[in-house]
Amino acid sequence: MVANPQMTDLQKLTEANFTAKTGIKVNYTVLPENDMRAKADIEFKNQAGQYDVATLSNFEIPIWSKNGWLADLTDYSKNDTAFNQSDIFPAFNQSLSNDGKLYGEPFYGESSFLMYRKDVFADKGVKLSDNPTWDEVAAAAAKVDGAQSGMKGICLRGLPGWGQLGGPLTTVINTFGGAWFDKDWNALLTDPKTVAAVNFYVKLLKEHGQVSPSQAGFTECLNDFVQSKVAMWYDATSAAGSVESADSPVAGKVGYVQAPVKETKSSGWLYTWSWGMEQASKNKDAAWQFISWASSAQYEQLVGEDLGWPRVPSGKRISTYSNPDYVKAAGAFSGPTLTALQNADPANPGVQARPTVGIQFVDIPEFTALGDDVTASLAQVIAGNGTVEQALAAAQKKAQDVGDEYK
Amino acid sequence: MTTTLQRPAETSKKVAAEVNRRAKREGWVRRAPLLPGLLFTVIVTQLPFIVTILLSFRRWDGDRPRISGWTLRNYEQVFKDEAILSALWHTVVLTVSVVLISLVFGLCIALLLNRKFRGRGAVRTMMIAPFLIVPVAAATFFRYGVFDASNGLLAGILTSVKRLFNPDAAAATISIASSHPMLTVIITLVWQWTPFMTLILLAGLQSRPGDILEAAAVDGATPWQVFRNLTLPHMQQYLELAGLLGAIYIIQNFDAVFTLTPLNPQTQNLPYLIFRTIQADSDYGLASAQGVVVVVLTIIVATFALRTVSSLFKEENAR
Repeated sequence: MVANPQMTDLQKLTEANFTAKTGIKVNYTVLPENDMRAKADIEFKNQAGQYDVATLSNFEIPIWSKNGWLADLTDYSKNDTAFNQSDIFPAFNQSLSNDGKLYGEPFYGESSFLMYRKDVFADKGVKLSDNPTWDEVAAAAAKVDGAQSGMKGICLRGLPGWGQLGGPLTTVINTFGGAWFDKDWNALLTDPKTVAAVNFYVKLLKEHGQVSPSQAGFTECLNDFVQSKVAMWYDATSAAGSVESADSPVAGKVGYVQAPVKETKSSGWLYTWSWGMEQASKNKDAAWQFISWASSAQYEQLVGEDLGWPRVPSGKRISTYSNPDYVKAAGAFSGPTLTALQNADPANPGVQARPTVGIQFVDIPEFTALGDDVTASLAQVIAGNGTVEQALAAAQKKAQDVGDEYK
Repeated sequence: MTTTLQRPAETSKKVAAEVNRRAKREGWVRRAPLLPGLLFTVIVTQLPFIVTILLSFRRWDGDRPRISGWTLRNYEQVFKDEAILSALWHTVVLTVSVVLISLVFGLCIALLLNRKFRGRGAVRTMMIAPFLIVPVAAATFFRYGVFDASNGLLAGILTSVKRLFNPDAAAATISIASSHPMLTVIITLVWQWTPFMTLILLAGLQSRPGDILEAAAVDGATPWQVFRNLTLPHMQQYLELAGLLGAIYIIQNFDAVFTLTPLNPQTQNLPYLIFRTIQADSDYGLASAQGVVVVVLTIIVATFALRTVSSLFKEENAR
């Protein structure tokens, strides 16, 4: 498992609530994300049978299931009526499936939306609609830039990495009508619409973005936002928990609206940590029982009552958002989060057909390296070296090399 | 009668052979206890390298688990890739600048610490502290605590200075990390390695022969003359040793580059390049080939550098 707080909570609750009822003992190995990935990669590739279940994201599950490393969960979920598969957001069923078969069950998930300071916007007389366009957001960023001493207009990730800058930037590319690849694996990074999207992102960052944008990832933007150094922040829905936490100076002052769009209806991304079962596992039935328990609505209830509602592994079940206790705790952001998760469309995130399922990434193993390379050169542009066009021309070549492998 | 007499030449030959044999036997008696240790060292240091060499000729790509077999493609890619050249250059820039700057700072601090003053022990301990901090923790501290554009120490100092003149001035920001990424890495490493240099150089200073210094004082030499003609020649060996050890470590520095400037093409050095090949590309074959090329290059460069620069090794040979 990944060493995230939701997983460590699960580990604490297993003995008394799962093993006591089923008699199934669960042995956990908990590691930081990169180490976990590397270990799981080796384990599943060799089908070593040492682990039955691993936390995998919607980036790995479709790829690994194509490699034949994962067990098909379709029948398990059908026969387990208590689990209620139809309660899971359809977007996750889509992105954790392959050829109509289900290979993963989400543990918690997120989309992306725009957070803004209601008080600052009211002072400046600026309004944002619930479904803003990027042009609207750029205009608002210009107006609220400098609203308070040391406050910039908007925070957008600029730190290189396919999972850092790559995430929000790709959603902007999608909604501007661009893409990494078309359905025939032709790279579209020099497509006018992609170039326009990247130019827009870079320009917005340079004009009204946070200080030193090429150094800012999720954590830095979170710090900037809660310390009133920016008036808006476009990022993961899961960030709202930290923004609204008891020790946050901006708690209660934040408004939430959908991810900004241009040519598409929605542009929020989709990411989930999910359970994947190893094909070579010898304890498949017990493994399913564990998955079914960990991803159940009952488990969310247990966490809410035992540890507090903000710690619930949320964002995977529709019913979570009609649970009065959860809605009371999540308050301002539960509605917008629900909308974002319902509108996310991993099969068709842009204006053209795509070769893989996925919103803020291209679901091929090479994307980690490609995304890292391209975002690295774009971060250089954000820091003031070179132009978007030069960086994208070089990126196009790299992307086409990757695309050619799949043609 | 004469036939029974052995010729002296023959006798001496036999004796010489006997002596040789005995010397050889004694040599082995002396070496034997060391053999297990030697064997162990060979196994733990050379075997992994041999495996790496073998791997560098295999196609082993985590992204395409079904492909395998022997190939020369990895080496082709290493030499075709511009990234390795720039990484090599960054490694050189980083190593040379950090070693030279820390040596200069280290020497100055060592000269200061070499005097007697109250609280010298405490000061010495404090001077050494940066070297004892876990590298990745130090790099993290520098990234967020010092270089952070709005919350870092540098920005804070600048803000205070600005507010001296204008109490209502807005908080200053410094984005040195995005404008001069290499400089941030160099500053961090200099901060970490100066104490190491100080330690070695201080030991050197304290072993200066006192009578010569006294004689110089009697002859009325100025401090500069003493430093120029007595201290520096004496310190040459220590400077070289400190520089060499520092370079060996800084060539393979990974923590600072990884933490301060992740994925930055302006600072990517060789260890970081290999790390990325494994991490993002999951191409173990290519990473092994890169590793082998780096080792070969390092050996070549190191051999020449040591031969030309170092008096340490010359003396070894003279003995």
